[in-house]
Parts: sequence; C-alpha cells; structure tokens
Amino acid sequence: MPAPAVSVSDLTVRFGDHRVLDDITFEAHQGDFVAVVGPNGAGKTTLLKVLLGLASPDNGIARIFGKPPRESDSGVVGYVPQIKTLDRSFPAQSIELVVSGLYEHWPFSLSEEDRERALDALRHVDAEDLAERALSRLSGGELQRVYLARSLIRTPRVVILDEPATGIDVVGSTDLYELLDDYQETHQATVLMVTHDWNAAYHHATHVLLLDGRQVGYGPPETALKEECLREAFGHIGHAHAMMIGDRHE
Amino acid sequence: MSELLDAFQLAFMQRAMVASIVVGALASYFGVFVVQRRLSFLGVGLSHAAFGGVALGLLLQVDPMWVALPFTVVVALGINVVTHRGDIAGDTAIGIFFAVAIALGVVFLALTPRYTADAFAYLFGSILAVKTSDVWLVGGIAAITLLLLPMWGRWAYASFDRDLARAGRVPVQRDDLLLSVLLAVTIVASVKIAGIILVAAFLVIPAATARLLTSRFRSMTILSVSIGSFTAAGGLVLSYVFDIPSGATIVLFQAVLFFLAFVFHR
Ligand SMILES: Nc1ncnc2c1ncn2[C@@H]1O[C@H](COP(=O)(O)OP(=O)(O)OP(=O)(O)O)[C@@H](O)[C@H]1O
Ligand SMILES: [Mg+2]
Repeated sequence: MPAPAVSVSDLTVRFGDHRVLDDITFEAHQGDFVAVVGPNGAGKTTLLKVLLGLASPDNGIARIFGKPPRESDSGVVGYVPQIKTLDRSFPAQSIELVVSGLYEHWPFSLSEEDRERALDALRHVDAEDLAERALSRLSGGELQRVYLARSLIRTPRVVILDEPATGIDVVGSTDLYELLDDYQETHQATVLMVTHDWNAAYHHATHVLLLDGRQVGYGPPETALKEECLREAFGHIGHAHAMMIGDRHE
Repeated sequence: MSELLDAFQLAFMQRAMVASIVVGALASYFGVFVVQRRLSFLGVGLSHAAFGGVALGLLLQVDPMWVALPFTVVVALGINVVTHRGDIAGDTAIGIFFAVAIALGVVFLALTPRYTADAFAYLFGSILAVKTSDVWLVGGIAAITLLLLPMWGRWAYASFDRDLARAGRVPVQRDDLLLSVLLAVTIVASVKIAGIILVAAFLVIPAATARLLTSRFRSMTILSVSIGSFTAAGGLVLSYVFDIPSGATIVLFQAVLFFLAFVFHR
C-alpha cells in the first residue's frame, strides 16, 4: 500500500508553554479534499506550517508521502499562504510571481516556455488578463488568484491552502472551490484547505478536520460538522449551523 | 578641457576614477535590496560603525581600511544575530551597535596622539587618499559580487516575500547574513570616495531613482547600477573641476537625478 499523501500522528506543537496543537492524528490519501476548520487561534496555520517544514513539532511526526516535510521532493507541494508577507511595492508583474513558483527564486528573465506555463496556470484560475499587471495594482482577490496560479504551476500532488477564499467575492469563491474540486479530480491530488466557510467545507470536502488546539473531529463532513462537534470546537455557535444548507457536491 | 584630460593622466586620479565607478556600481547593486527591504538605516548604521574601525586603525597605526573591514563585518554579524535571536527589532539592534561603534571610535581617537587630519579624510572622503591597495580591495569585492550574481534571484525572492521564499526552501537567514557581510565590505570600500557620513546615500539614492523609473525588479537593478556608476564618474569629474570633496559632489549629483525622476515620472 502506498504511503498516504499526508500523515500526521500524535503531533504536538508548543510556543513557550502554550500548547498550540495537542496530539493531532490524521491521514489524507490521494484524491482527498480535507477542509481544516476551527476558531481563530485553533492552530490551523501552525498545522500547515508543520506540513511545509516551516515549523518543527515538539512531539509526534508529520509526513508527506512518507517523507519528513523538509525532505519531500520539491514541486510535490503547492502552497497558498494566509497572511501575505509580500512587499506590495516590489516592482513586478503577476506573471513573474507565477513563474517564481517554478524555480523558487525570482526570475531574471522569462523564457517562452516559462511564459506559456505561467499563462496556462493563470488561465486555470481565470486570471489570464492579470498577467502583465503590476503587483501593486492588484486587488486583494486578484492577488489571491495569482498566488493560487503560482501554487499550481508545477502541478503539485498536494495543495495546501490557508483561507484561499479570503477577499474573493461569493461567485469567485464558488469558482475557486470548483476549480480545486476539478484539480483534485484530474490530478488525483490531495487538497488541504483551511477555511472559515463551513458551507464550502460541507459541500466540497471529502474530509473535515475540526480543530481547537486539540482534534475535535476528523471524518466525512456529515459527521465532523455535526452541531455538537461544532459547539465543542467553537463554544457558542448561534444560528451558524442552520445556515449550512443544500446538498453535498459530489 | 585638456586640463581635465591631463588630470586623468595622473595616477591618483586614475585610481580614484576606477575606485569610484566600481564602488558606485557595487553600492547601487546592493542598494536595490536595501531600498526594497527598507534597510536604509542599516546602511547608515554600518557606515558609522566603520568609523569605529577606522579610529582603531589610526590608534594602532595600521592601515585603517584593513581594520575597518573586519570591524564593520563583525558589527553587521552582531546586528544579524541580535535581530534573529530575540525580540529586538532590526532598527533597535542597529541603533545600539551604531552608537557603540561610534563611542568606541571617539575613545580610540581620544587615545590617538595626532589624528584630526587623517580622521577627516575618512569622515568626508578624500580621493587623494585612494591607494593602490584600495583599488585592489574594490576589485576583489567586485569579483566576489560577480561570482555571486546567481544570488540575485534568491535575494530578490526573499525581498519580495520572505515566508514564500522560506516555504520554497530558500535558506533565507543564511542569505541575509551574506547580504549583510557584502554590504559591510562595500560600505568600507566606499569610505574613501564617499566619506563615512555620506556612504549610505550611495546605497539608497540610485536605487530609489531607479525604482521611480521602472516597474520590474530586473530593470530597477540594471538602471540603479547604471545610475550609480555614472554619477560616481560624473561627480568625481565635477569635484575635480570645482575643487570640492568627491563624496558630497557625487551625492548631490545623485540627488539631482532623483528629484528630476521624481518630478517627471508619470
Ligand atoms: N510564532 C509564534 N509564536 C508564538 N505563538 C504563536 C506563533 N504563531 C502562532 N502562535 C499562537 O499559536 C496559536 C495558533 O495560531 P495559528 O496561527 O495556527 O491559528 P489559526 O487557527 O490559523 O488562527 P486564524 O483562524 O486566526 O488564522 C495562536 O494562539 C497564536 O497566538
Ligand atoms: Mg491561520
């Protein structure tokens, strides 16, 4: 049996004496779409950082196709960060940012082939017209699409996204989730997405990981997103659960 | 005009010209990272740290350049270590090291029997003081910089988005350290042309001018280096013609270009 795309067991991460993640254990296989849900400060971003090799666990292990994150082959994982630490005044065009995803350094010049691949990736996220746009002139949602194109340019087998719909309008975010569904199906990729959108988690994910420092639940959306579980993770949930309506997307 | 040509027959003028152009190019090359990463204060801090090294050299009666070089590199590393380890912000660390280096410099000078004239040459720059060994130093740094040209893409990437670069497994911290060390040696090598007080301008003004005129990092780099070496050469000639210090002349020349670019760009 092949190694799972993502496997995490007994993972604990501390900052000082604050346990940010406590004993997390789950596995995601090829073709899985995992939504990571939980309140602010639940450790969602921290979990992704561990999987990217940007943070080290204090206990337990994290593996990408059986390898420690820092040793996994480059191009296997595509990443869209939550907080963009980018320098908005950096003189560059969108297409250069997309190409940077191919080489992991800033491109001095773009070959015809790089340009084609980048345009392809931009077309994929419906942002081809942004290619020549200066980064400083992109709206938040447009920038998010460019980052998404960048993360997909090497057709990664695992895509890790931290609240990718932030700043994208309702139609845009629906398109985004459909695009991810589509990508995951065509490439048998594994998608791991942090989201505050329960609806999206319910309708698009195959699995939901509900976090609140510890692991409240992991499983298909119908079970992991049950009202009791959400209340356990979030405390007071008001009418939010009732708003999660409609049929699950297949 | 022929007088000017005659002047450049003189060995010291030739040395000054070569050193100026290369130093102008180097400072404005590293300057694009300084400007984009908002490190102008690091430039000011390191150049003033060089003062401590120069003063120590005067006290020990050895060539101040060769003391200032390791001294400034150590300060650059110190700033890096303090910033990376604790909760101290970069500008705070620079503020501390900068003050300590100046204080040491003042103490060293006070202990030196006769110093004023020599110290002034370093503070304000003096093309008469450019020795053959200084030209070699500048040439050496230029050679290393050329060898390290492939680093441009990584430094640029981390300037653009540090976390993204880290996620892409760029050794950001090590790269930063290398950049600081190269900044420190470039600053020391520029001291005789620019003067300690004005060196930081060499890092900032050409790059800022280039930033106004371009919208790609690559063209910003190329333009910055062109402006840096052109103003260094032109400023040196003007400084000879009007008999005024080279550093100030070059900086004023850079500033004129900056304001022209500021007024006329779109
Ligand atoms: N570098 C750090 N040093 C100390 N504490 C940190 C650090 N990074 C995160 N934390 C703490 O860890 C906890 C979890 O943070 P994390 O960013 O993983 O939360 P999150 O679930 O992504 O929240 P959000 O929904 O707001 O994005 C928070 O309490 C935060 O304060
Ligand atoms: Mg987060």
